[in-house]
Amino acid sequence: MITMLKKELKLIITFHTTAEAIAMEKKSKAQGVAGRLIPVPREISAGCGLAWCAPLEERENLREKLVYFGINYQEIHEVLV
Amino acid sequence: MIYLDNAATTKVKPREVIRAVTKALEEGMGNAGRGAGESSLGSARVLFDTRVALGELFGAESPMRISFASNSTEALNTAIMGVLDPGCCAVTTAMEHNSVLRPLFRLRDEGMKLIVLPVDEKGRISLTELEEVLKAGGVRAFVCTHASNLTGNVNDLYSIGRICRRYGVLLIVDASQSAGVFPIDVQEMNIDILCFTGHKGLLGPMGTGGLYVREGVFVRPLKEGGSGIHTFDERHPLDMPEALEAGTQNAHGIAGLCAALEYIKKTGVDNIREKEQTLAKRFYDGIKDLPGIIFYGDYEAKDRAPIVTINIEDYDSAKISDILLMDYGIETRSGGHCAPLMHKAFGTVEQGSVRFSFSHKNTIEETDAAIQAIRDMVL
Repeated sequence: MITMLKKELKLIITFHTTAEAIAMEKKSKAQGVAGRLIPVPREISAGCGLAWCAPLEERENLREKLVYFGINYQEIHEVLV
Repeated sequence: MIYLDNAATTKVKPREVIRAVTKALEEGMGNAGRGAGESSLGSARVLFDTRVALGELFGAESPMRISFASNSTEALNTAIMGVLDPGCCAVTTAMEHNSVLRPLFRLRDEGMKLIVLPVDEKGRISLTELEEVLKAGGVRAFVCTHASNLTGNVNDLYSIGRICRRYGVLLIVDASQSAGVFPIDVQEMNIDILCFTGHKGLLGPMGTGGLYVREGVFVRPLKEGGSGIHTFDERHPLDMPEALEAGTQNAHGIAGLCAALEYIKKTGVDNIREKEQTLAKRFYDGIKDLPGIIFYGDYEAKDRAPIVTINIEDYDSAKISDILLMDYGIETRSGGHCAPLMHKAFGTVEQGSVRFSFSHKNTIEETDAAIQAIRDMVL
């Protein structure tokens, strides 16, 4: 029985390209925006790729920041990861 | 941080490689084949020395049969688009990486007949099936990997080469996971085109790689452009090796690749492989009896690339990989690994899988830390 794989509802932002994901990380780190890059969860997409994972309460802040940063993101999801 | 994603790229390079690239940049290099100044000639000499070293490593009949490319993908595209066309028939396997499959699918969409050999439950192809397909006739080329980037299964290129030769079929090999780790002899194995990258088992910088093309095999150049020779010809020259090298070559990177080849020669391919296989086997043995672990590949085979790919029950591979990273500082690869047909065969399209891949620069301590991490997760 795997006990440590507890899931938590998170905000997951997907991108069209790896370059956009890295741009998100670079700009977020510089401005102290919450979150980090993770592999795209299978609930969103099979295969590979990077997504930005952040606490749910960051939704509005992140929406603003995505516009401010000029990030061409794909979608914002709420996913148990 | 423990880096166990060496099938993606070997992160730790020999000191000699770092020094060679640094020296090339610090001292400066001219553009190889563009002028007769010492700077240009110096660069051309580095390229030539590297062709010689690659030719020796792969048993090529001449260093002139080695062309540089920026990676395996470019080499494979050059080979596949250069010998196949929409009017012919090609055979490949479900073991392949997208760098083989996608150019083949492109040609298939343009009219080429493509036969894909399936894999069994352990991810292996059947050589009997290969022989039956080739015996039917009309096949121009068989494109196959030497070692699967997903399972680590190794194909028997001696037997495959004999079968291809028997039926007059060109053999194009993807050596992305094997070059520098497994012995490759293009003559003994009857390989017509060998595609390799410089940044994995060859321990060189990214942006290096190339292909061997057997004497007498014609590959249409994928790119046309500057060659440094035959300026007034309207088309790119067809003489190997420059035929497949339009544009300025990555001489700084190739200087590093040259040093890496020297390191491999000095260390010994067999020694490198034995160390890597020992670590991979230790990892496999350390987790094989744990509950809930699913393995992909043939772990009873004598020769395996140093790759162990698993899932834990039905957990998302991305989640497992992320826990390994965040809680244990272990870097692995999750998801599809650019091997879509293997995941379809294993039924892991949604789940993906977690790949641990070892370098001879990894240690027993790092391997044991990975074993302990998996134990912690499932016990």
